Amino acid sequence: MGVMKRVTMVFRAKANKALDRMEDPRETLDYSYQTQLELLQKVRRGVADVATSRKRVELQLNQLQQNSDKLDRQARDSLAAGREDLAREALTRKAGVQTQLEDLQGQYASLQSEEEKLTQASQRLQSKVDAFRTRKETIKATYTAAEAQTRINEAFTGISEEMGDVGMAIQRAEDKTAAMKARAGAIDELMASGALDDMVSGPHDDIQAELDRMGASHGVDGELERMKAELAQNAPRQIEGAQTGTSDGAGQSASTAKAPDPAQAGEPE
Amino acid sequence: MIVRILGEGQLELPESAAGELNRLDAALESAVERNDEAAFRPALAALLAKVRQVGSPTEADDLRPSELIIPRQDASMDEVRKLLTDDGLIPG
Repeated sequence: MGVMKRVTMVFRAKANKALDRMEDPRETLDYSYQTQLELLQKVRRGVADVATSRKRVELQLNQLQQNSDKLDRQARDSLAAGREDLAREALTRKAGVQTQLEDLQGQYASLQSEEEKLTQASQRLQSKVDAFRTRKETIKATYTAAEAQTRINEAFTGISEEMGDVGMAIQRAEDKTAAMKARAGAIDELMASGALDDMVSGPHDDIQAELDRMGASHGVDGELERMKAELAQNAPRQIEGAQTGTSDGAGQSASTAKAPDPAQAGEPE
Repeated sequence: MIVRILGEGQLELPESAAGELNRLDAALESAVERNDEAAFRPALAALLAKVRQVGSPTEADDLRPSELIIPRQDASMDEVRKLLTDDGLIPG
């Protein structure tokens, strides 16, 4: 006997067992309808749960993308500053973040498809539950006991097959979501502890610190150059007279200590 | 004849498709019995492809039970084996 037939038999056996437990057919119908409504609720909660999980992964994906972009920028800055060693370090870290990112993207896609399937399953079940409700009233009103039993069995088998299928789908979604939550939690913890974050931001970001230091020293050098130039320009005029500039002698000594911007430097001319 | 693909819903197929389905199903069953993962995946894919090719979805409010039920596309061989032997996999 083939796989399809055997799976079908397992489903039927399940439905028959539930039918056998019922003594009164009316009870069967009402009880079954009640169970269907409960399952429908459960499926809707499942869809919401998967959606929440998916959104959380989405947030983490954005964070990791930002980290990756930042490392990329740092690599460029390092290279522009002639620091290939720093650029290499930044790119190595970026590769690590990228691996996390790709892994998470795969998980995201799988959650998305799970959400879609569950939404569709929920709609199918809703339609069948509605049909069952109509059917059960018709059966109760119209048929003789024997006929009713046959039709009840048929409707019950049909709906219980759908319920079994949807039940498995929801189980599966729950498992996946639980695994995803654990994973998202682990990444959150990593970020909170700084292990992931340290690589790219915050006070422990050594690449940025090095770049800043280089930027700062470059700035100091530039400032020194400007000051020297300014002094060279001002020196002869100071000999000519103290009226150069807009301020008194105290102001002038301050302007040599401060970084003068080009506009100020040009003003005395 | 009504066939259910688990996780996807039911399709109505012409009776004439039964012979071809049985042939594909036998290949699937043999793969599961031999624990042959390499044969299992294409066998399941071929069976599903055939059902989708000749079947059309039933109305959503159709309450008729399926004559045949097929495991879902991405089911592992392990899951299929459980479907065959253990009704514990089906909740409710």
